[in-house]
Amino acid sequence: MPVPQKPGAVRSKQGPNTQSQLKAPAVKGAKVSSKKKDDEDGTETGDGDEWMQGKTLVKPPDQLDLTEAELKEEFTRILTANNPHAPQNIVRYSFKDRSYKPISSVDQLAVHFVLEGNLVHKDSDEARRQRARQGFAEEQTVTETENIAENEDKPETPADGVEDAGDGEDGAGEERSDSVDVQVGKKERKITNQFNFSERASQTLNNPQRERACQTEPPPRATFSATVNQWEIYDAYVEELQKQEKSKEKQKTLSSKKEEDKGKKKTVLVENQSDDITKVAKVAKIIGRMVTQNTFDDIAQDFKYFEDASDEFREQEGTLLPLWKFQYDKAKHLSVTALCWNQKYKDLFAVGLGSYEFTKQSRGMLLFYSLKNSTYPEYIFHTTSGVMCLDIHKQLSYLVAVGFYDGSVAVYNLKEDRPQPVYKSTAKSGKHTDPVWQVKWQNDDIDKNHNFCSVSSDGRVVSWTLVKNELLFTDIIKLSINGAVSEGQEYMKIPDMACGTSFDFHKQIDYLFLVGTEEGKIHKCSKSYSSQFLETYTAHSLSVDAVKWNHFHPKVFISCSSDWTVKIWDHTITTPMFTFDLNTAVGDVAWSPYSSTVFAAVTIDGKVHVFDLSINKYEAICQQSVVSKKTKLTHIEFNPVYPIIIVGDDRGYVTSLKLSPNLRKKPKEKKGQELPKGPEVEIAKLEKLLSLLRDSDNPEQK
Amino acid sequence: MAEVEETLKRIQTHKGVVGTIVVNAEGIPIRTTLDNSTTVQYAGLLHQLAMKARSTVRDIDPQNDLTFLRIRSKKHEIMVAPDKEYLLIVIQNPGE
Repeated sequence: MPVPQKPGAVRSKQGPNTQSQLKAPAVKGAKVSSKKKDDEDGTETGDGDEWMQGKTLVKPPDQLDLTEAELKEEFTRILTANNPHAPQNIVRYSFKDRSYKPISSVDQLAVHFVLEGNLVHKDSDEARRQRARQGFAEEQTVTETENIAENEDKPETPADGVEDAGDGEDGAGEERSDSVDVQVGKKERKITNQFNFSERASQTLNNPQRERACQTEPPPRATFSATVNQWEIYDAYVEELQKQEKSKEKQKTLSSKKEEDKGKKKTVLVENQSDDITKVAKVAKIIGRMVTQNTFDDIAQDFKYFEDASDEFREQEGTLLPLWKFQYDKAKHLSVTALCWNQKYKDLFAVGLGSYEFTKQSRGMLLFYSLKNSTYPEYIFHTTSGVMCLDIHKQLSYLVAVGFYDGSVAVYNLKEDRPQPVYKSTAKSGKHTDPVWQVKWQNDDIDKNHNFCSVSSDGRVVSWTLVKNELLFTDIIKLSINGAVSEGQEYMKIPDMACGTSFDFHKQIDYLFLVGTEEGKIHKCSKSYSSQFLETYTAHSLSVDAVKWNHFHPKVFISCSSDWTVKIWDHTITTPMFTFDLNTAVGDVAWSPYSSTVFAAVTIDGKVHVFDLSINKYEAICQQSVVSKKTKLTHIEFNPVYPIIIVGDDRGYVTSLKLSPNLRKKPKEKKGQELPKGPEVEIAKLEKLLSLLRDSDNPEQK
Repeated sequence: MAEVEETLKRIQTHKGVVGTIVVNAEGIPIRTTLDNSTTVQYAGLLHQLAMKARSTVRDIDPQNDLTFLRIRSKKHEIMVAPDKEYLLIVIQNPGE
């Protein structure tokens, strides 16, 4: 036990040394016993004697030897309550003053040693309880402890002696009592448990919780954004409308649906086959035209705006301004045999190519040019035989009737994109046996079938009717040399047919038409009398190249021939009203569409002659060479609206010319008087001229 | 098909024509007679311009449509003809 020993040790310093050394052996023994006690048990068992013995002092060998005086010397030591180790400089931050402040009160308490004691006061409850317990335990265990003590003594006795054994006995007894004590405590507790109850608890098995989750694949998302314009909405509506219409049509034609489908499939296939690039066809055409327009910009400007200023200083004469020249490489060796303007698209005209030479007959060509593109034809049709004549239908401008050198006639449809004609006459179906010189569309017949007429050197004038997919023919008249056919045919065994070279139908009277022949005669015929001429004019000495009714005056027609002359006739009078000698063979003649008194003729020396009877009754007001001298001009046509003419030559070229202001002069305007216009005026104008002639003729005849 | 090819060829051989480009709806050139970089530049820019022009025309009147666009510059004339799916661009030097 260190606490009671300590003061002893301190005292020994000052206490006398001599005595302590003498007593040492005895102390030794006591010390051993006390040590043992200490080791074995800490409890107080009240052996007061041993404590008394422990007062003998032990002097360590290295202790200072002090003299008595020194020992008696008194040292004064003052104990203060201050802890010398307590810090003086602790500061703490004060939030109130916002600064560190020293703390005045420091804990001065210093703890040097702490030990919890196990001493119990005699009179305390705890002590009493322990005593009671001990007493009970001693009674019970006396017998047992004796036995055990004896057993223990045996090994110890030889080493330490009786004292030790006694000590051991005590210790052992104490030890036992302790263990017994524990047992007694347990028993006590059982007794105190007076309520016999048991607490039972059980836990049912909890259903294990399980978390289960699955994730579906998210629906595909896409960001869509667009701006909507007015026209996009419009387009959507139009598309919807078309769909509705289509569905309606389908419902209507359920029976024929299958057939339609088949057709559709076919067309779809065809579309698929064609390359993507075909879709550019239309825009390519536009671009082609624009490129040409850029190249020939000056010509386009001339066409639109140029008016020959020098006309003002000339009294009557006018000039022709050459504009575009239309040429196609593959048509170079052919000659232009026919020209015709499209009445619906005024910039489009057709050119027939073939040859007038009997020895040079080969292939032919049908071309369509637009003024918008002079470099390349809009449509090209190749024919096996030379084209001799053609006519574009006035209303259905996609239908083109063509007459060939081999005597056949054909109808091309521009809408159908194929190189063959839609209709063609064959040897079985009344084909001409000689070249067809002229074709002309007629008004639709009673059954609304389209039909046209043709004239050929074989002497027949034939009407052709387009019925479904074939061409039906009807002979209108057969021409003979000697006037009326009926008179001749009965007794003349040898058929002597006259060769028709040109014809023209009257503008107003449907049945009336004129036929020019190779013999130079012009016959006035009617569709209703197939065997008789209404009139025969001995017009020319060579074959009649062209015969044409005036656009305005119902009685007047014009004719031209290779005998160098152009003649104007009143169909009621058998002699010509006017005769013009052009000093060379005339290829073609044409009335102007804007004036009843203006006409133009082309001659084989490459000249164009323009006449205006109201200005000069004897000479052309314009005579102009438009191609090189060696080139023969073959045909001429006035554009229906623009002041231009086209002339074709025997090299396959077509030249367009603009008429100068003098050539399309209107009658002089009188001041303050509105100039009357229209066909009546034109008729009156020509009528006035003719009446003058009649008046002058009559006196002569008389 | 051959006919269109022929037309395009004819345009290209025409006097003063510098180049022709066919552009599809996405503005990608599918046929050209010019070099690559020039073509791409022309195609991209003119496609945008043509679409804008078309949109303008159609906004004014939905029944109307753009048929042809012609840009006259100091050096060239650029002609653009928009179709439903394609754009035909021709660059011409009209002074030549």
